[in-house]
Amino acid sequence: MSHDAPAHGSHDNYLTHKRGLWSWLYTLDHKRIGLLYLFTILSAFLVGGIAALMVRTELWKPGKVFLDPDGFNQAFTYHGSIMVFMVILPLIPSALGNLILPMQVGAKDVAFPKLNLLSYYVFLFGVILAVATLFTSGIDTGWTFYAPYSIRTSTATIMVVTGAFFMGFAAILTALNFITTVHKLRAPGLTFGRLPLFVWCIYATNIIQMLATPVIALTLMLLVFERLMGIGIFDAKLGGDPVLFQHFFWFYSHPAVYIMILPAMGIINEVIPVFSRKNVFSYWGMAGAVFGIAVVSFIVWGHHMFVSGQSETANFVFSLLTMFVAVPTGIKIFNWVATMYQGSIRLTTPMLYAMAFIFVFLVGGLTGVFLATVSINVHLTDTYFVVAHFHYTMVGGAIMAFMAGLHYWFPKFSGRMYAEFPAKISWFLIFLGFNVTFFPQFILGMQGMPRRYYSYPERFTNLNQISTVGSYLIALGFVLALFYLIYGLLWGKKAPDNPWGAETLEWKTSSPPPHENFIREPVVTHGPYEYQI
Amino acid sequence: METAFAQMLPPVASDVAGNWDTLFLFLVGVSVVFFVIVVGSMLWFLIKYREKEPGQKVGNIVHNDKLEFLWITIPTILVMIIFAWGWIVYKRMVDAPESAYDIKVIGKQWLWQFQYDNGKTTIGELIVPEKIPVRLIMTSDDVIHSFFLPDFRIKNDVVPGMYTKVWFQANEQGEHTIFCAEYCGNAHSKMMGTVKVVSLSEWETFQKGKGAPKERPASLVEWGQQLYTDKGCFACHSVDGVKGIGPSFKGIWGKQEEMSDGSHILVDENYVRESIEYPGTTKDKLVKGFPPVMPTFKGLIAEEELNALIAFIKNLKE
Ligand code: HEC
Ligand SMILES: [Cu+2]
Ligand SMILES: [Cu+2]
Repeated sequence: MSHDAPAHGSHDNYLTHKRGLWSWLYTLDHKRIGLLYLFTILSAFLVGGIAALMVRTELWKPGKVFLDPDGFNQAFTYHGSIMVFMVILPLIPSALGNLILPMQVGAKDVAFPKLNLLSYYVFLFGVILAVATLFTSGIDTGWTFYAPYSIRTSTATIMVVTGAFFMGFAAILTALNFITTVHKLRAPGLTFGRLPLFVWCIYATNIIQMLATPVIALTLMLLVFERLMGIGIFDAKLGGDPVLFQHFFWFYSHPAVYIMILPAMGIINEVIPVFSRKNVFSYWGMAGAVFGIAVVSFIVWGHHMFVSGQSETANFVFSLLTMFVAVPTGIKIFNWVATMYQGSIRLTTPMLYAMAFIFVFLVGGLTGVFLATVSINVHLTDTYFVVAHFHYTMVGGAIMAFMAGLHYWFPKFSGRMYAEFPAKISWFLIFLGFNVTFFPQFILGMQGMPRRYYSYPERFTNLNQISTVGSYLIALGFVLALFYLIYGLLWGKKAPDNPWGAETLEWKTSSPPPHENFIREPVVTHGPYEYQI
Repeated sequence: METAFAQMLPPVASDVAGNWDTLFLFLVGVSVVFFVIVVGSMLWFLIKYREKEPGQKVGNIVHNDKLEFLWITIPTILVMIIFAWGWIVYKRMVDAPESAYDIKVIGKQWLWQFQYDNGKTTIGELIVPEKIPVRLIMTSDDVIHSFFLPDFRIKNDVVPGMYTKVWFQANEQGEHTIFCAEYCGNAHSKMMGTVKVVSLSEWETFQKGKGAPKERPASLVEWGQQLYTDKGCFACHSVDGVKGIGPSFKGIWGKQEEMSDGSHILVDENYVRESIEYPGTTKDKLVKGFPPVMPTFKGLIAEEELNALIAFIKNLKE
């Protein structure tokens, strides 16, 4: 490196390197950009969470509790679209990915730092555009924007859809940046076979983002054209085809499910070996499974449409192909468990979240096989069974893994430790609350309660009330997490450089890292999980 | 186990519901086995290999070909079995017998309308014979809906601009709830209906057009109340004064109703009749503060039924 680096332990780190609001808003440092993302996304998470609590509260009993039907429809629409487009999709890749990935490959920064900042602002613009509709007529289409309802409703569809378009654009830019970074900026000795699995997962995610996001962007724009100019694309009254919209939509949104889950798997891949003190079981099996999932994810979208009116042949093919998703997913789950075998397991908060991830993701995956079975799907689709299933996979998956990663890397990016005890209580509340909320929904779905219902027949009341209580438990857990994390951020114990004894590169620099990540360019001589004890 | 389980699923009311349940049960069984294996070994390892002292010795197994072969092949074989079984049941669910009796279904925001071969139309109530295959040919008047009959384990989207089909054979007489399962706006959760499975003789009487299969209440008001539910008025009109998609019926009788052009009309027999048959599309016929979304019921409500509805609304005056 050019300049004489200050000795290890000096006070200059990326948080103090430059000061003032402007130095944050105009930063090109991937770590600071990561924190900007984190802050924005967690704010959106708060709004989406409040919407979720409104939905669950309204469902306390049949009929009106405190919202009228339009208010309820808006609440679940905001909940869904905020959580999908503004939270789960960017949460791990853009926030934690930005914070950690360049360090994990031993780079000073991403390949295109200015593009990185641009993509943040494009994202932010999309978020503001979409959230601003809260102050207009709102939106009530559900996060799926199904035509022709989305074309006919009087609400602010165009603004939200345009917002989603910008967020997608930001995701493409970030993906491009990361892919280039992984190819071009790896530290000496960091061969592809020595990459941490988190990098593999983000990399696979990026490929999906680049290939699939343009499709949703175009679809949403077609929707806007149809609304504005009355061009008949999706509305049958105008000569369009409503089922076509669903094909377009799911062609993106099924792979998007894996944009949400692969990065989550990446985190679990890091956390389990570290806290089991063991090399990951079957490195190439893990990396291969990720790509297996990524490829299959492109050819299974029709499983969302078994009762939509698509042809029987399509149903046959999509059901068959979807079954194959189970195989690589199973490989990953078995590998994680096998990694724990003969390890030396430390039950820290990240590890608890990782195990919670395996638990909920397993339930989500198994119920996924139910839904992939075409005849079983007929009865269960569009019921609460589906709602429970995708919360188990996506929320259970992405959020549990995010929490694992947040706690795992917290000492690194903040330079301080969080308090273990409240963290464990909060984990318990979230894990318990999650299951109390969503398990009863499987049964509701089996019994035939359709989703997006403002009111329901009397006989579903008990299970709905259990579910609502569960949602309050989750909220409590997150509120607690907010408090002890902020406390840790400001007053926590100073963190050592490598508190968990990990081997990946981000732990080979100080906590928090200096502005350009490493004082001396790191050289890699072995795999990411070979712990010398 | 079987019975506890049966409580979690809706009643078995159609021919294929039983097949569906068996497959479902099989899936639950397989899932429980996998769940126990994975979560069980996770917890077992957690207890057995919990760190007792830092730096304790760990194993170094990163491969086991036999094991990996097993956990690839066993799931693959299992999902193929599940797929095939699922497909066989599905074929039973979609392949209607030639002899099936066709009924046309129209979904519209927010009610179900059924048309029979004899020219009759019912709203909200589908009348079908027991033990005879029935096929529904469905389309939508506006946005996408989904015809869902949990007790029969059938569902299909009802899409504007095309026909979709479902068929079933009801096991015995009884009533079953129809839901709309595809989100369709404000009163989506009220877009319900009933399938009434009747005996063959009742079905024949219904077919010949004589006598409604439902016994008629003695008083006109009660009959009107029944029609209010059966014809789906309840989705948009309340009877307790709460504003829904449409105005509440409570207290409107005898009132001077304000239209969206500012004019006033007295709510009387003629007004109610006109509201039902020609719901407001022009400004001087549309009640102020409401969108023009009420479907026309012209030809769907018989003369005597209109009288009953009028009596019912009249009875709700304060
Ligand atoms: C899809 C919702 C919907 C359904 C179903 C519906 N209506 Fe309406 N109805 C409305 C709306 C909206 C208005 C007010 C706007 C207008 O005048 O068209 C209205 C107005 C009326 C009025 C005039 C009320 C007033 O305050 O002046 C009457 C009477 C009426 N409906 C009767 C019925 C009856 C009887 C049925 C069942 C056979 C029925 N409606 C079904 C939506 C509905
Ligand atoms: Cu999917
Ligand atoms: Cu509906």
